Amino acid sequence: MNGSLAFIFGLPLAVVVLFFALSAYERRRGIATGPGFFQRNGLAVGLYLVLAVGFWAFFIILLPQLAMVDMSFRPKLPPAQMGGPKDLYTLENYRYFLFGSTTSTAEWNWLHIKAFFLTIGVSILITLINFAICYPLAFHMAQSASAARLRVLLLLLILPYWVNEILRAFAFRVLLSSGGIINQLLMGSGLTHEPIDFLGADVGLYMGLSYAYLLMMIFPLYNAIESLDRNQVEAARDLGAPWWHIHAFIVLPHAKPGIASGCTLVFMLTAGALAAPLVLGGPRTLWFTPIVYDRFYQAFNWPQGAAYAFILLVSCILFVLVVLKAFRLSLGEITR
Amino acid sequence: MIPGPFQRVMFALYTVIFFLYLLGPLVVMGVSAFNTPQYPQVWPIDGLTLDWFAALFADQDMMTGLKMSLWIGLLVVCISVPIGLAGAIIMTQIQPRVRSLYYLVVVSPVLTPGIIIGISTVVFWRQFTGQTGTRFLYDGVVLTVLGQASFISAYCMLIILARLQRFDRSQEEAALDLGASYPQVFRHILLPFLKPALASAAVLAFLSSFENYNTTTFAILSDKTLTTVLAGRVRQGSTPAISALAVVIVAVTVIGAIAFEIYKRRADAAAARRQRAALEAEEAELAGTPTPAMG
Repeated sequence: MNGSLAFIFGLPLAVVVLFFALSAYERRRGIATGPGFFQRNGLAVGLYLVLAVGFWAFFIILLPQLAMVDMSFRPKLPPAQMGGPKDLYTLENYRYFLFGSTTSTAEWNWLHIKAFFLTIGVSILITLINFAICYPLAFHMAQSASAARLRVLLLLLILPYWVNEILRAFAFRVLLSSGGIINQLLMGSGLTHEPIDFLGADVGLYMGLSYAYLLMMIFPLYNAIESLDRNQVEAARDLGAPWWHIHAFIVLPHAKPGIASGCTLVFMLTAGALAAPLVLGGPRTLWFTPIVYDRFYQAFNWPQGAAYAFILLVSCILFVLVVLKAFRLSLGEITR
Repeated sequence: MIPGPFQRVMFALYTVIFFLYLLGPLVVMGVSAFNTPQYPQVWPIDGLTLDWFAALFADQDMMTGLKMSLWIGLLVVCISVPIGLAGAIIMTQIQPRVRSLYYLVVVSPVLTPGIIIGISTVVFWRQFTGQTGTRFLYDGVVLTVLGQASFISAYCMLIILARLQRFDRSQEEAALDLGASYPQVFRHILLPFLKPALASAAVLAFLSSFENYNTTTFAILSDKTLTTVLAGRVRQGSTPAISALAVVIVAVTVIGAIAFEIYKRRADAAAARRQRAALEAEEAELAGTPTPAMG
């Protein structure tokens, strides 16, 4: 137990010492010039900078993540036995994700595996759909809308996002319920005679998820396309390029960082969404985050929940890396 | 760009559908807040009522949750803005060879799913407070503030960094040449320059905290915020009181946005006046007439 405390305090200290050693080394070798860190900021401000960023980077970001990963490799034990002889590293929680409980007869833990791949697959699909929905409007806003029109469009876009995620999901429930306005319209027009169970078929969930993160797609796209010089589009048109050539060879390549950043954001938020699946999902809905939630608060198996959360995190990181690789971009370019 | 009539019609149609998708659900929900049936219903309108708003304000849990959300939002602003400021300054001073690693670490919470941040915060602080005998820190409010601060500080840092990169280093050098110390430069040059960015970071921090659900639902432990109470209510069943809450939130934010716009216009006008006055004074000086000494 004391070992982990030494780690918790030792790691930040070691990194800070390493930083100052590096800077002293560079100064002596003449690579770095100018005043040193504390000379440049003064002692008080310098201390504030180091302490604030140190606390943030270690106690709020890194150490909690490490603690979660560590826990995911431990068995579920009553508090009294934690740190005792039975508290050994194990792959049990990951084994459970693949093969289910040791007493079950099924070969694989299909329920969880299916939910996982469905979540990833649907998130990718929603990301692509959101890109398709947002691109024309983003292009219009960035390239051809007048200033007054742009202000109105921006206001209309932002307005729904003042309402929080749960209420937005709730709006879809009101809209799509069996007595809701969509079903009334469908039945009134004679297209169907029975109300369609949109929520049971997860249509509501997917619409709600796509809706929830439209803004995260449109703003990066808008920012990226806005920086494109309009003369380039004009020139291409004057030279006789058809409209789809202009988009495929001028606008899209230029907007690459914005596209990657929008896609990453939407994918991450969709795969990690919890509110929409809880509000719009039916009892048979497969989505990964509610399963993680249940590991904690239904099964009370925290190590297993941590393992599931880690699986989700790793797949999200892999996805981002693949997207970055595919677009040949660095992380700095997409979080701008 | 001169699109043909066909393209123009298609685009108009697309825009209408887009905004119908974007605003339709909210309008539907808004209407149901004023309709009498027990279940949120838009059509037919059986009768207009304000009962659902009364029911909302009589809901004790919601009101306690609201107070808690406001309190947590305030704490998050007090923690995230200073951290974001420090993070942005360090970003401009850190050795280039470790900058990308530093960037990766501090921006990672923006991309991490909220529930993972919530889970890891709870797991870490449960162990840490247990081992150091600071159990009183293992508290829903503290954990929620810490969990939310991880990514909200990163938002703040990105906002402040964007302005910091436009900072004119020669201002700093001028101040130093005139005998200012480094802390004085920080206090009298850098902070005033960053003030607009700090203000928008604070507003964004508060709003993100107020509407956060994914991280909060784990980190809040046995306490309740508005969003967690709301999630519980929505899962139990639909009532128009929930629609009423959405109407209230939209009304408050629209009024807030209008007030902010008016304030900004006034501030811009004042700044323009000051600039004009300064220009006139300068011209007067160039013309050789003595000007009153500036304080």
